[in-house]
Amino acid sequence: MKKKSKSIFQGGLGQLTIPVIAIALLVLFNLIRDPSFFSIGITHNNDGNAVLAGNLISIVNSASELAVLAMGMTLVTAACGGQDISVGAAAAIAGSTFVKVLKSGGSISGLTVLAAFLMACVVAMLFGTFNGTLVAVFKIQPMIATLILYTCGRSIAYWINGGATPTVSSPILTGIGSFIPGIPIPTPVIIVVVVAVIFRLVFHFTSLELFTQSVGINGSAARLNGINVTGIKLLSFIILGLCVAVAGCIGVCRLGLINHETLLLDVEMDTILAVAIGGNSLGGGKFRISGSIIGAYVIQMLTITLYAMKVSSTDVKAYKAIVIIILVVIGSPVVKSRFEKMMRQRQERKVPVTAKGAK
Amino acid sequence: MKKSKDFRREPLTDTQLLMTITICIFVGMYLLAMLIFKGGFLHAQQVFDMLNDNASLIIVSCGLTVVMIGRGIDISVGAVTSFVVMSCVLYLNKGGSLFVSVLIALGIGLAFGIVQGFLISYLEIQPFIVTLAGMFFARGMTTILSVNPQKAAHEGFAKLRETKIVIPWLGYIAKNGKLVPARVELGVVVALCCLLAVFLLLMFHRLGRALYAIGGNPSSALMLGINVKRTRFLSYVISGLLSGISGFVFMMHTGAANATNAAGMEMNAIASSIIGGTLLTGGVGNVIGTFFGTMTLTTIKKIVVSSGLNAPWWQSITTGGMLCFFILLQSVVLSQRARKKKA
Repeated sequence: MKKKSKSIFQGGLGQLTIPVIAIALLVLFNLIRDPSFFSIGITHNNDGNAVLAGNLISIVNSASELAVLAMGMTLVTAACGGQDISVGAAAAIAGSTFVKVLKSGGSISGLTVLAAFLMACVVAMLFGTFNGTLVAVFKIQPMIATLILYTCGRSIAYWINGGATPTVSSPILTGIGSFIPGIPIPTPVIIVVVVAVIFRLVFHFTSLELFTQSVGINGSAARLNGINVTGIKLLSFIILGLCVAVAGCIGVCRLGLINHETLLLDVEMDTILAVAIGGNSLGGGKFRISGSIIGAYVIQMLTITLYAMKVSSTDVKAYKAIVIIILVVIGSPVVKSRFEKMMRQRQERKVPVTAKGAK
Repeated sequence: MKKSKDFRREPLTDTQLLMTITICIFVGMYLLAMLIFKGGFLHAQQVFDMLNDNASLIIVSCGLTVVMIGRGIDISVGAVTSFVVMSCVLYLNKGGSLFVSVLIALGIGLAFGIVQGFLISYLEIQPFIVTLAGMFFARGMTTILSVNPQKAAHEGFAKLRETKIVIPWLGYIAKNGKLVPARVELGVVVALCCLLAVFLLLMFHRLGRALYAIGGNPSSALMLGINVKRTRFLSYVISGLLSGISGFVFMMHTGAANATNAAGMEMNAIASSIIGGTLLTGGVGNVIGTFFGTMTLTTIKKIVVSSGLNAPWWQSITTGGMLCFFILLQSVVLSQRARKKKA
């Protein structure tokens, strides 16, 4: 027992050190600042359902889209050594498709919602394939390849609905976007859990995780070992496409309308940040999905903490930037090795003393 | 003389090839636009307008090209531009002097460049994350300074803003029969000076050559005795300084500050660098190409407007399509050349 706990401390949490430290710091800060930050109560929403409410719930709830996107982005980052900066734009396209299908169907029933969601998935996967082809087949750096969709994605979303911001309303959509009657947990949170479980199962039953890592660490070595490098890269973008569709649909259901300009605005930056805070190398290779998910919650927690401190929503970015810089400086290889060196020196100084005592 | 003799034996470098393609496409596109749309495209003022509107973008793109040649990326440039505009306008409105406001612009740019460069090259943090944080910080600071749009009300500045260089022999005769001379804003002159300076730096200065070496292969550059860390640091400082200058030029063009100023400028700058033949993988690129990249982007937008596609989405969809075309072209051309070299 003791040995195990020691090994955790010495080996560290590995990759998860930074995100866990970040969350611990934020929790500590909030505890000192205002312990009532963590209070969770039960209130009744407009429909008369008993639902959970509180800062923690709103953090977990509003980080849902980010967490889903971060999971897909981790795969792309690991396989291609680059990031997709078009996720926000692609989510707007998926959301627009979702609304378009719902609007064309007449009355909204469970079946039409499912059809609309599937359609959104297909469209998002198509755009994912487009990005993936550019990256995997034409060997263009991911950031540049996805810059194309970043520039024109939101305009395509605008074009799909013919220049309007249509609204859709139905009890089913509110159920997906906020709460299902009788269940106190916000539905987006449940969706995140489902997506995470699916990822876990896929990694458990297929060799996707191993293949992705080997492609990211050394593409040509992976190819010589018989791994289809192009296919894995393409697949990672298609999986990200699915995540984008899920995130886009959650976003639409939350608001009940599609606004191509503001849906998941700037989410691509937050997503990449979540992946980085999660301790994943942005240069590809080894990855942990759990790190990215924690990273997403760190970002959202930071944002909500700042809101709770009465920082206006436009100013949040500046404070966020400072925290990000502090986090990445702590996690930077140079600082880490300095710190380790310091620790080793201290230990070396201690060792002779105990040795003498033993004699 | 020797150059022309060796021309056959020594093929174009990647940089020159990509640049030539861009320039050819730009010239071809502009000539086509002149033939098809006539109107504004026949006047020299059209080109000058494009320059006037994009002076700050050109400056920022130059900085980005420098960084990209050294295998880096700087996405904070647009936000820094906006931050500089806001702080300078507020300072001028408080009755500050014009000279000091220039210093403020340069100082902010330098400060961003130094901090980001230090974090990236000496602490080895990924450039994307650092400059992303820089972008967030600059955007946040802009709104902290003022959320509301501010108009610059400073006499000296207004005079400077009004000053335009008139090029008399390139005017055109307006519908009312008057001769309208071609006008160029001061910002364009600044932009062209920056362009020239960066071009000379990259071509002839030791720092520029070292930057190409690092972009090509950092470890062999290190073995050649190049101070990799310092060179990369300086590339970010240059980029920061140029975004400071760009902020001032932006202010001279708009005369007002707004929290959403220069939104999306970083992506436009990256796009112009790419169209101009700079590769994100480093070691390939030239600011002259970047200049034509900016002009190509603007020309596409003008053509879309002239061809009557007025719906708001067409501009960015065509820009995206064009970007896709250029990126694919580069990828195909470079992979063909690589195959030839092997064979």
